[in-house]
Amino acid sequence: MGADQTERVLDYPIPGPEVLEPPREWEELRRGCPVAHVRLPSGDPARLVTRYEDVKQVLSDPRFTRQLNAEGAARISESETGGVFNSDMAARVPDTGEEHRQWRRLVGKWFTAKRMTALRPRIEAMADQLVDGMVEHGTPADLKAHLGFPLPVWVICDMLGVPDADRDRFSHWSDALLNLTRYTPEEMERAQTEFDAYMTGHVEAKRAEPQDDLISSLITEVAEAGADLPGPALVATSMGLLVAGHETTANMIGKMVAMLLDDRSRWESLVADPSLVRTAVEESLRYDANGGVGLPRYITEETEIGGTTVPAGTTVMCSMSAANRDGSAFEDADGMDLGRSPNPHLTFGSGAHACLGQALARTELQVVLEVLLRRLPTLELAVPAAELRPVDGLIVGGLSEVPVRW
Amino acid sequence: MRVTVDEDRCCGAGQCVLLAPEVFDQREDDGVVALLDGKPPESLHATVREAAEVCPTGAIRVDEEA
Repeated sequence: MGADQTERVLDYPIPGPEVLEPPREWEELRRGCPVAHVRLPSGDPARLVTRYEDVKQVLSDPRFTRQLNAEGAARISESETGGVFNSDMAARVPDTGEEHRQWRRLVGKWFTAKRMTALRPRIEAMADQLVDGMVEHGTPADLKAHLGFPLPVWVICDMLGVPDADRDRFSHWSDALLNLTRYTPEEMERAQTEFDAYMTGHVEAKRAEPQDDLISSLITEVAEAGADLPGPALVATSMGLLVAGHETTANMIGKMVAMLLDDRSRWESLVADPSLVRTAVEESLRYDANGGVGLPRYITEETEIGGTTVPAGTTVMCSMSAANRDGSAFEDADGMDLGRSPNPHLTFGSGAHACLGQALARTELQVVLEVLLRRLPTLELAVPAAELRPVDGLIVGGLSEVPVRW
Repeated sequence: MRVTVDEDRCCGAGQCVLLAPEVFDQREDDGVVALLDGKPPESLHATVREAAEVCPTGAIRVDEEA
């Protein structure tokens, strides 16, 4: 790619040729234009990084903040406010330094590997129950509606102590919050207001009558430590966990199963050797070409990314999906190797802000896969992969339906 | 092999505990890494290397010579 083309402005996100395939541009960008100029759905300009080393560097460097509500930061979504990354909700949770560390540890203790392992039998029982429901419905069925979506919603509702009977409402609020281009600004705002009111009420109820759940424990512990976690931060934390806790994993379950069934020899090798489940889950996380918009960061000083100078006031989009296909970081990066190990993919981010719920996500993905292999070894896609449709207009990537038969 | 961890860098992702629960744990009160075995037996070396490799904050150091 010549020097003139580095000035080319791409519309972002870049659509893939097919839903399970990466955009052809990724390879060109990584090779010739690793800090590309892009235009976001809002119309605002940003820079896009696609190389493994660069994405990792930006995500790990605390000078690149999450403070997308700063004046001069690019708005992401097609709306006045720019959507969730730019909202005050993101700003209500401490972003850096000691305060962030404290917040992270208060919440993080609920997501330790040990807790997730303890939760595993209940997740498995729930997955079994949902597969029962799908089998009862009969073949073909939409795996996303029967299993991929309800499982993570149930788990996170259980942890937060909110009724999962409200899941249709959560689902709408969460979609609207994760809006890129699907909803109008008015719809987004209304959803945000309703969700905020719901969660504020919920936090108040837990304050009055604490129970054995994450929100109650946050309230109690913060009070005991004499620390200060203001109400809005608590509500934002609860909303963030509820949204992050189901939307991403729900989509990933569908994509993982679709990728494994797209080339059925992958599925068969797992049926023959279920001990591959752990590495197969990691490889699905890496291989996913439809990971959404990635993570935005904002920098207030001039700096360098992989040899390119970026000025102060730049918004940088990190494409973890593109980085995960970087041939300089992964051997045969465009091949799906179910036994790949180690697999230091960047799907959960990197550094101090790496996904808090990653042990939960891993546990859910592993359990779903184990249960499906055991219960429905004859599972296959009920439509050709080319007919699978992406979830449209949200900052997260997924499939709208995953039709399967067995 | 000698393993050391940097508690200040740790973000509590728990990858190391999922991989090698014999060597790593997380503190009950804040989810930060707790090293159980700084000199793990050879049978665990491969998983410990993997844990260090995939740690999101690079908080695990493996010294092969020690």
